[in-house]
Amino acid sequence: MEYILQPWPWYISGPCIAIVMFSLLYFGKTFGMSSSLRTLCAIGGAGKHLKFFQMDWRSQKWNLIVVVGAILGGFIGHNLLSNPIAIDLSQETITDLNALGFENVGKSLLPPELFSWDAVFSFKGILILIIGGFLVGFGTRYAGGCTSGHAITGLSSLQLPSLIAVIGFFLGGLIMIHFIYPILF
Amino acid sequence: MGKYIKFFLVGIFFGIVLVKSEAVSWYRIFEMFKFQSFHMYGIIGTAVITGIIFLLISKIKKVKTTEGSALRVPLKELGYKRYIFGGTLFGLGWALCGACPGPMYMLIGTGAFSIIIVIVAALLGTFVYGLLKDKLPH
Repeated sequence: MEYILQPWPWYISGPCIAIVMFSLLYFGKTFGMSSSLRTLCAIGGAGKHLKFFQMDWRSQKWNLIVVVGAILGGFIGHNLLSNPIAIDLSQETITDLNALGFENVGKSLLPPELFSWDAVFSFKGILILIIGGFLVGFGTRYAGGCTSGHAITGLSSLQLPSLIAVIGFFLGGLIMIHFIYPILF
Repeated sequence: MGKYIKFFLVGIFFGIVLVKSEAVSWYRIFEMFKFQSFHMYGIIGTAVITGIIFLLISKIKKVKTTEGSALRVPLKELGYKRYIFGGTLFGLGWALCGACPGPMYMLIGTGAFSIIIVIVAALLGTFVYGLLKDKLPH
């Protein structure tokens, strides 16, 4: 039990994610979390306006059930299976974030500088969350998948399009962290 | 409802794994893009290696899905534009809000409710992609 309560090392977590991917394939589905965003748009009635959302969303119900499970899994992992300890970040990361103005680095899952209600209701704060979320939704659908669909499933099945997409993920991430963060913070 | 329970359990397991591995943490994503820790690379790397082995074994053993068909991964359509452009836009957003779609949902469960704003924005982004789809290079 003590091992479960500790943060899980990468060599346990990675194979567990592969089990998730393989289970869904075994059940005749594919692992892809961003697809649920399209399904939710379709349920919300986006199909009335756009062909892209005219789909039989009931055939995607299983994916929404995975989403509901993931929310509950997040609750269980955080509240029932965790020791409240700081994230073991590298010292350089802590130093870099301090320099950008972030305090108490790693004491919670998300930085209060971006996700506390005070931050959310500031002009800059809300803009960061909205632009970030928008890019995730737009980019994943444009690329046809996110970390689960391309980085895990696509690379595991040795597909070149997924490798190109993952290179794109890193290109975007590196531009954001190395060139845009110094302007933002 | 019975046939959906397995998906519910897979989702719960997935959520627990990503919380316990700290992959849902904004800080871990920042650290990854700074190349300051092996942690996230270890997670993605071992997930992919294990995935390759699983798929190889299921191919050799001719594993069938519970639906009765041969187990295989659908092929992505060929091309590069949508993957590099779409991928880069997603990467920008991933690094900015520190969460990809899976963790966004799990973070609600951890009580970080402000992530709902990110999810709503992601839904809007998905909708706008549907709006512009035919005008974009793929």
